[in-house]
Amino acid sequence: MKILEMTAVELGAAIKNKEVTVREAAEAVLEQIEKQEEKLHCYVTVDREGALKQAEEVQKKIDAGEFSGPLAGVPVAIKDNMCTEGMLTTCSSRILGNFVPTFSSEAVLNLQNAGAVILGKTNMDEFAMGSTTETSAFGVTRNPWNPEHVPGGSSGGSAAAVAAQECFYALGSDTGGSIRQPASFCGVVGLKPTYGSVSRYGLIAYGSSLDQIGPLCKDVRDCATIMEIIATHDPKDSTSVERQDTDFTAALVENVEGMRIGIPRDYFGEGLDPEVKSAVLNAAAVLKEKGALVEEFDLSLVEYAIPAYYTIAAAEASSNLERFDGIKYGYRTAEYEGLHNMYKKSRSEGFGAEVKRRIMLGSFVLSSGYYDAYYLKALRVKALIKKAFDQAFEKYDVILGPVAPTTAPKLGESLSDPIKMYLGDIYTISVNLAGLPGLSMPCGLDGKGLPIGVQLIGDCFQEKKLIQTAYTYEKARGAFGRKEEENV
Amino acid sequence: MANIISDETIEYVGILAKLELSPEEREQAKKDMGSMLDYIDKLGELDTEGVEPMSHAFPVKNVFREDVVTNQDMREEILKNAPGEKDGMFVVPRTFE
Repeated sequence: MKILEMTAVELGAAIKNKEVTVREAAEAVLEQIEKQEEKLHCYVTVDREGALKQAEEVQKKIDAGEFSGPLAGVPVAIKDNMCTEGMLTTCSSRILGNFVPTFSSEAVLNLQNAGAVILGKTNMDEFAMGSTTETSAFGVTRNPWNPEHVPGGSSGGSAAAVAAQECFYALGSDTGGSIRQPASFCGVVGLKPTYGSVSRYGLIAYGSSLDQIGPLCKDVRDCATIMEIIATHDPKDSTSVERQDTDFTAALVENVEGMRIGIPRDYFGEGLDPEVKSAVLNAAAVLKEKGALVEEFDLSLVEYAIPAYYTIAAAEASSNLERFDGIKYGYRTAEYEGLHNMYKKSRSEGFGAEVKRRIMLGSFVLSSGYYDAYYLKALRVKALIKKAFDQAFEKYDVILGPVAPTTAPKLGESLSDPIKMYLGDIYTISVNLAGLPGLSMPCGLDGKGLPIGVQLIGDCFQEKKLIQTAYTYEKARGAFGRKEEENV
Repeated sequence: MANIISDETIEYVGILAKLELSPEEREQAKKDMGSMLDYIDKLGELDTEGVEPMSHAFPVKNVFREDVVTNQDMREEILKNAPGEKDGMFVVPRTFE
C-alpha cells in the first residue's frame, strides 16, 4: 500500500511495525504538498524543515518507547487559527500576517505529546468567517475533486488537504459548520465535538460560546482515534468539561440494532438539492437495513437558527476582535495621528470586508438601545432551539440529515449575497447554538462528481453514538475516496 | 427594506467598532446592515415571553485556580511581535500632552 493512501491509524501502525519510518512518511507527504499546492493552495504555511526535524525527534522517541500511541509519527495539518509556538499563525488575515505565537494551543500540544509531526498551517476564511475559504487574505483554496469549485469553509484548507493527501489528518474549528461543511464538500470525515470537549486555549476566538476544535480525517476510525487524543480537560479553558467517557474508539462497533434515528422533515424541504436529498435518505435506508429504527419527525424552529446565530456570533466576534489594535502584535498602519486614529486605521486596513461586516453588525446589536431587542432576543431563541433538541433526544439517539443544501459551489459564486451565503449554514448552525456534537461523512457523489455529506447529530456528550452509527454506515457503504489519477 | 440605517447610525457603530470606513464601504455597510436586520427581525415572530436568555448550552460554573505564575519570562519573544518596540517596551502614540 502506498504511504499517501493510508489512513492516519494505518500509517501509525505501519510506523510502529517499522514498515515505514516517520521520515519516509513526512517526505512522502511533503512531496505531495509540493506537487499539489500550486493548484490547490491548502496551506498558508508549510514548515518543510521543521517537519523533517520533528520526524527525526519523534522517530527517536518511538524507538525509545516514549511514544507508543496510535498516531505517533503521523504528519498532521493545523488550521491557521490555532496558535503554534514559533510558527506563523495568521487566521488568514492581514492583521495577523506576521504573528508568531510564543505558545501552542492545547489541542496542538495534545497532538505533539502523542507524537504528531506538524506539517504547517491550513488556509481558512478570515477569522473563520465564511463558508467557502474565499474570504482568506492569502488567496482561495480549491476543491481537490474539482478545482473550479470551493472546498467549503471556514476550515476549507484542512478539508482539502486531507482530501488531496497533503496530510494524513487535520484539525479544524467549527463555529457554525466550519468543520462539517468543508468535510462534506471535500468528501472526508469531520466531527464537531460537544462544546467544552476540546480545549479552546490557543484557538483565536471568533464566537466563544460556539467555537469548538475537531478533527478532519479519512475515516471514522481516524476520527475516534484523534478525538481520544484531543478531548482532554484543560484548566486553562474555563469552559473545558471534565469527561470520563472519552474512550471514543470503544464505539467503533459495527452494529446499529435498535439505534433510534430521527430524520427531521424540516431539513428536507425547499432549498435542498434533490441529489443531496436522495443520497442522504439513502444513507438512512442503509442504516435501517442494518437494524436501526428510522422515523421522520418535526424538529421545528429551523428557520430561526440562522438569524439567532448571526446575531450571537457577530456580537461575540465584535467583542473578541477588539484585541486587534496594532499595539502588541499584528499589523499597524504606517501613518496615523494619535492613538484612536491608529486603532481605527490599523483595524480598517487589517480586516477584510466580511470581518468588518460582522464586527459592525455585532457592535450594533450590543449597543445601548438595541441590546435587548436583538442580542437578548437571540439568546432567548437559542434557549428555545436547545429545548427543541432536548425533546428530540428524548425519542432519538441520533438525528440524521444533510450537511449543506448543495454540493460545493463554483469559486466566485457565493460572496456577492451575504444572506444567501448564510443560508447555506441552515443544517449545521443549530448544533453550535445547542452545544451538540455533529459528524459529517461522505454518502455519495452528485452528477458533477462532487461529494455529498450526511450529518449525524447527537445529544451533548453522545459522540460515541455518532461514531458507532457512522462506523456501521461506513462499513456498509464501502470505500470512499478520490482517485488520485483522475485529477492529475 | 424595513430597516433604514442612517448615516448617524453608521457613524456611531463605526466608533464602537473602531473602524474607519471609506465612503463606498459606508454605503455598502448601510445596505448590508439593513438587510441583515430585516432578516434578524424574523426572531420577533417568536414569543419568548418568560424565556431566560441562554448564554451557555448546558450549565457551567465558575472555575477558580490559585493565582500562581506558571510561565517563564518571555519578554523578548513577545516583543518580537510588536509593531513598535523600544527599550523592552511597546511603542504607542503619545496619548496625553
